[in-house]
Amino acid sequence: MIVDPVTLIVALITISTPVLLAALGELVVEKSGVLNLGVEGMMIMGAVCGFVTANEVHGYATLHEIVWLDRLAPTLAFLAGMAGAAVLSLIFAFLTQFLMSNQVATGLALTLFGLGLAALIGVGYEGQPIPEVAKPLPAALREIPVVGPILFSHDFVTYLAIFAVFAIWYVLRHTRIGLVLRAVGESHDAAHALGYKVVRIRVVAILFGGAMAGLGGAFLSVVYVENWVQGMTAGAGWIALALVVFAAWKPGRVLFGAWLFGGIAALQLRLQAAEVGVPVALLDASPYLVTIIVLVVMSSNRARAALNAPAALGKTFHASG
Amino acid sequence: MIRLEKRPTPSRAWSLGTPVLAVLLTMIAGGAMFAALGQDPFETIRIIFWDPLFHERFAAFSRPQLLVKAGPLILIAIGLSFGFRAGIWNIGAEGQYIVGALSGAAFGLAFYPSESVLLFPGMILAGILGGLLWAMIPAVLKVFANTNEILVSLLLVYVAEAMLASAATGWLRNPDGQGFPGSRNLARHPGTDNPVPLDPGGKIVGFLERIGLVSDGRILGGFFTDAHVGIYAAFIAVIAAYVLFQKHMFGYQIKLAGQAPRAARFSGVNPGRMVLLCLGISGALAGAAGLFEVSGPAGQITIDFNAGYGFTAIIVAFLGRLHPIGILFAGLLMALTYIGGELAQLMLQVPAPAIQAFQGMLLFFLLALDVLSNYRIRIGRAAAA
Repeated sequence: MIVDPVTLIVALITISTPVLLAALGELVVEKSGVLNLGVEGMMIMGAVCGFVTANEVHGYATLHEIVWLDRLAPTLAFLAGMAGAAVLSLIFAFLTQFLMSNQVATGLALTLFGLGLAALIGVGYEGQPIPEVAKPLPAALREIPVVGPILFSHDFVTYLAIFAVFAIWYVLRHTRIGLVLRAVGESHDAAHALGYKVVRIRVVAILFGGAMAGLGGAFLSVVYVENWVQGMTAGAGWIALALVVFAAWKPGRVLFGAWLFGGIAALQLRLQAAEVGVPVALLDASPYLVTIIVLVVMSSNRARAALNAPAALGKTFHASG
Repeated sequence: MIRLEKRPTPSRAWSLGTPVLAVLLTMIAGGAMFAALGQDPFETIRIIFWDPLFHERFAAFSRPQLLVKAGPLILIAIGLSFGFRAGIWNIGAEGQYIVGALSGAAFGLAFYPSESVLLFPGMILAGILGGLLWAMIPAVLKVFANTNEILVSLLLVYVAEAMLASAATGWLRNPDGQGFPGSRNLARHPGTDNPVPLDPGGKIVGFLERIGLVSDGRILGGFFTDAHVGIYAAFIAVIAAYVLFQKHMFGYQIKLAGQAPRAARFSGVNPGRMVLLCLGISGALAGAAGLFEVSGPAGQITIDFNAGYGFTAIIVAFLGRLHPIGILFAGLLMALTYIGGELAQLMLQVPAPAIQAFQGMLLFFLLALDVLSNYRIRIGRAAAA
């Protein structure tokens, strides 16, 4: 057998984590009625800020022989990734919410600027050392056959991402904050008339989306690839955007979609390594092609696709009076 | 208290003024960025915006580059402006550019070693067709399956990049290239090369020299010295788009579809046809730009043949206010930042990505300043209505 199912599932869950985090963040943003196409830019910002922080803290801790600081480095890196991307998303929030700029164009600008800025910050960091990220669960659990690697071998952020699926589902569905957020996304005028601070709620949602995309990016560079490479997100942010549409704005389906994407990505890497008779270009392109195919299937039924989309998605809100 | 009051129609004066203001603000913010990188901000900005055109030593090399870099940007941005005006977002021009280059190059190389004069026109058609068909994927999916064209067109860029890599290392690789990746050089083979009409060694300039109109082989300040056919195609596209937008029903329908989609539908504008046409035009022009690049300045298909023109063209389209003449100037300005950026890299060791961030910043300022053309700023309390 050329592909071992257990390692494939483990790899699938790891690969899907960055996309899952970014998609969950974007889901909350879109539920508030804002379309932020800058996910790719925010993710790469998170990736570079996370990696640079991990490397710098690691270097400092090694130089001064501070063991606890070295252990703390990955956590600081994740926080830095979140902060970096959130600051970037703040530009988007300011432009779209206070200066009422076009959300599609501003999101694109965020991606273009983010890719440039991240590359600029990352100059000279390619291939630099970072500390290894410790696994949160004890080794004994990980050594259980089949179940151990699949369930217990993951990183803290991976568990956090899966927890976030439930948390976001619960908050959106069963809490007052979730209800207000959805109200703002369905009809900002009605929500405004009821006295909700539409702009404030949307800015917070955008910042949350930025932090989640940043965490995803930091996971990508610090845990999965363990390196910084210019343009390393390679469309993951766009796939996250597609996942939200694919999932019909439902957190549970985002998880399913992320695993589907992660599965294709993990499988194609293994098939490339096994040198089966499929052209490499087709394998390289397969995650993107599958995403497109799934998008087509999901969108082709107009009634079903429109059912869950926030009604005010992408529309500019300007309180008159 | 600062309030914003929506204008009934966007201010014309501000729509013209904001791009200029945005450039100035980007220079200031960019200067701050360069200062943070440890450079003298004034010197860096001068090297980027002034030296490529007027430096006594560098201008001779840089001036011809201006049109070479601006050509593809203008050609792609003109195409994008059709869709952007109608609210149809093709952001995958980079992919259409790659596929255009691939199909054009493949056409030319299929007849190798033919030197027929029909070869280059055929390559142009193949390039246009390649870009057109690649753009038809998101268009058809949008019309018949209601799929978001933004995501599909963008995701197809990565598919196109995979195809490019396989072409450079596999099916278009130079058989005489000792196994190195990359196709045969199209620019150095007669028949597949992209002609440069005003080449200093060429017939036209030679004729002008003989009749005494030109002395040193450089006409019009040297700007057209390296301008290949694609540059002239870009100028033609600007004029054609201008006429279409000003004089033709189709241009009016595009404007209507963008500003009042419901009204457009009532007046008989078919939205599906609009999507197919707008994406088709932008794909065809991006494909042509790719072909002109691969047969001229780039010369061959390589793994990293694409230089991001498809994405920068989005900035050019917005900076030019989606207006053909505006796009012409915006393309020239953006080309200047590329050339100036390379110069700054050479002279000051400014990292290459700084220019990309600089270009992104420009788009931010532009979008931020749009508020001035769409809204009136009122200071003080609201007057009782």
